[in-house]
Amino acid sequence: MIAMLRHCCAASLALAALTFAVVTLTGGSARAVSAGIVEAVSPGGVPFWLVEERSIPIVAIEIGFKTGANVEGEGDEGVVNLLAGMLEEGAGDLDATGFSRKRDELAARIGFSSGRDTFNVSAAMLTRNLEESVELLRLALTEPRFDDAPLARVRAQVIAGLKRRQTDPGDVASDLWFASAFPETPYGRHPDGTTDSVSALTTEDLRAIMPAALNPAAAFVGVVGDIDAVAAGVLIDRLLADLPEAAPPAHDVFDVAAQGGVEVVRMEVPQSVAIFGHQGLLRADPDFIPAYVMNYTLGGGGFISRLTSEVREKEGLAYSVGAYLYPMDRAGLYLGQVASSNDRIARSLELVRAEWARMAEKGVTPEELAAAKKYLTGAYALRFDSNAKIASALVGIQMEDLGVDYIRNRNSLVEAVTVEDVKRVAKRLLDADALHVVVVGDPEGLDAAN
Amino acid sequence: MIRVSLFLLAAIGVVWPMAAIAEPKVSTFTLENGLRGVVIEDHRTPVATHMLWYRVGAADEPPSETGVAHYLEHLLFKGTEKYPEGEFSRIVAENGGQQNAFTSHDYTAYFQRVAVDRLELMMELEADRMTGVQLTDEAAALERDVVLEERNSRTENEPSGRFREQLSSALYLNHPYGDPVIGWRSEILDLDREKALGFYRRFYSPDNATLVVAGDVDPAEVEAMARRQYGSIPPTGARPDARPQEPPHVAARRVEMQDPRVSQPYMLRFYLVPSVAAGEPGEGATLSVLSKILGGGLTSRLGKRLQIEKEMALGASAFYWGVARDETSFGVYAAPVDGVGLDALEAEVDAVIARLIADGPTEEELARAKTVIIAAEIYAQDSQSQMARSYGAALSAGLSVDDIQAWPGAVEKVTAEDVRRAAETYLRLERSVTGLLSKPDPEETAESADGEGESKG
Repeated sequence: MIAMLRHCCAASLALAALTFAVVTLTGGSARAVSAGIVEAVSPGGVPFWLVEERSIPIVAIEIGFKTGANVEGEGDEGVVNLLAGMLEEGAGDLDATGFSRKRDELAARIGFSSGRDTFNVSAAMLTRNLEESVELLRLALTEPRFDDAPLARVRAQVIAGLKRRQTDPGDVASDLWFASAFPETPYGRHPDGTTDSVSALTTEDLRAIMPAALNPAAAFVGVVGDIDAVAAGVLIDRLLADLPEAAPPAHDVFDVAAQGGVEVVRMEVPQSVAIFGHQGLLRADPDFIPAYVMNYTLGGGGFISRLTSEVREKEGLAYSVGAYLYPMDRAGLYLGQVASSNDRIARSLELVRAEWARMAEKGVTPEELAAAKKYLTGAYALRFDSNAKIASALVGIQMEDLGVDYIRNRNSLVEAVTVEDVKRVAKRLLDADALHVVVVGDPEGLDAAN
Repeated sequence: MIRVSLFLLAAIGVVWPMAAIAEPKVSTFTLENGLRGVVIEDHRTPVATHMLWYRVGAADEPPSETGVAHYLEHLLFKGTEKYPEGEFSRIVAENGGQQNAFTSHDYTAYFQRVAVDRLELMMELEADRMTGVQLTDEAAALERDVVLEERNSRTENEPSGRFREQLSSALYLNHPYGDPVIGWRSEILDLDREKALGFYRRFYSPDNATLVVAGDVDPAEVEAMARRQYGSIPPTGARPDARPQEPPHVAARRVEMQDPRVSQPYMLRFYLVPSVAAGEPGEGATLSVLSKILGGGLTSRLGKRLQIEKEMALGASAFYWGVARDETSFGVYAAPVDGVGLDALEAEVDAVIARLIADGPTEEELARAKTVIIAAEIYAQDSQSQMARSYGAALSAGLSVDDIQAWPGAVEKVTAEDVRRAAETYLRLERSVTGLLSKPDPEETAESADGEGESKG
């Protein structure tokens, strides 16, 4: 019943907290977890991090490959995403239905996903079925079948998703923003590819991309749950030992090409959706933590950020408004979004620009900085309250190369930020005139500059 | 060969020694003023989830005031005498807490997630706004604009959102589950401070609420804390009125909507079925098993027939919203591949359901569905906040802690004939509304610019 409940609450969330997956690994401290992390190496030589947690008879395994759409060549855009869809569609002796049936019988949860820079394997298994569940995952990773019928079905699903993006105001805004920011680079298009490119993908394309997408040299592993390091090492070898090594993907960095200004895409909807942003920071930038602390006050702090206060609380112009650092592997962005009725979106954007400029000029008050630190340090532990979240955090921290002590040290990094740091970083990063804004809807008083 | 061994495995999978399902440690208490408390222990990390659930939701709203329960939920963040506007959120944030609130047809809930040593402070804040909200006309008017923007995002901007709203509305002939939780736009426009406060004074009281605390806590300490913080608030005897119930359904309904922004057409059907709380013992568990067998993935009846054998559907599924106080819905969804019409797809869905009613599920299907449902209970324990939310929702829908803990056992008892009979009894067209969402036919659009069913509120 507990599980059934997950799907049954047609609840309407008020005051949505703004969280974005990409930046979740940048704050806080959880002593309990940090004390429990084992940094280990499998017998076969694969490094991994483990937290042993015996209270529930389940094991979470997370494998992150630093690959994603970034490893795709010209003409096969979307092949890595299609691969993520196809790995669960039959492997070894099991056809698509057989694989699905076996997974249900083991009550195992196996998921594959991909993005611009990452390919992720997320699995949760019952301890009692661990061996067989790992074997099923191994089959999927090493002996996928890519049969014609499931390929046709999954390809059609992906294309349907891409077509849907073309009619959703938020997706259209986001896709155009990235296209304008990163022309002629892999970041300029959606990582799922285009309807044309995906239509042309074949079984051979999937096989050809596998070594690059599932490159063990680019893999990071986290295991959390009812298992010790010795047993985990054996399982990890089973999963990764048969994967062929490939050359590491390119990591040269792209700058944002888009200039300040507004692009409008006309769509007949009552509410306009705006995405705005400009150059941000890579995660490895020494200013990242001060910038993260600054952004809490500007646009990240949900209920009490300046953007929410001005746009939502004082003028009632939007249900949701926010800004966030968006560090990717090859580019750093500073992005935000707001949605307001067509007759009010211009005012919302005016307020956003004003707050952007005010922060760039004056930074934060000592009181605001203190409040930001209290929240960011206090809430860090909330990111480690489930096996699944911890496994994902372990992989994220390894991918960002922050070191095993990061969880322990992170709060002191936040505490060390001064008002002067924030002011300097705000001045370096924020530029209201450089904001590239894409608005989708039928906005009033916003004639596109181009 | 594989198939043989899989059958064996499935047969073994049925036998779940109940002890193997590590039950969460859950205890309950009731304060003198009627506030019920539930404590779910999770000692993995020093974190707690604090939730206060009012047993009142959108289905308890006065006539012509749809959306007032949700609107009031927003207004509970507008401050009290003790903690003026902004203080609540500021204090929660400065204590490293995260918070939010949500409204459904049956309940309105407020929650914070914090380090466990801040739990009592959260109780103090939540208790204060149970009766202490202060509200100006201006703040109420501003927040109404925010709610309208929320409705824009969720519904007006989304063809699918408007379609589902029409579908739910057509399913219920009399019960307020047919009205959207967020409210009809025309009625949101008429909401104001007085209406919100009227609802607040009538329904927000300790004897109409359930406190749920999950985390690294001691149940006796939580009870003592709750008594200190909530114990002095007097009960009011608040009870929502009995709701209008559904008359017998005797006619199948259809909703057909076209919108130029629909890129993927689909069919969605809702059947009126008993909720776990409203049904006979075991009925909810049976419907849950039925939903998995009919539409739980590629190996389900719909997945196998529509996606694998006939290659007609991009996706197909069935689902059961069992946690509700009154009669609820059982949904069937299917999206066609290019070149297949919704009518042909619907006919195939009907054929699949007819076959299930005629023959019932196989023992293998039954075993697999049970395995998935029962294992989900184990996985669910990994998320403290989800556990708190699930208990709160179930209790607010009229179930007890015992009902929740008896769920795996109830699922275990379901027989193939139970499933067949439930399908025969409830999956009848006269108990349903069938919705078809599609893009306007290009030829018709040339003549009339307005897509049928499209309404700009």
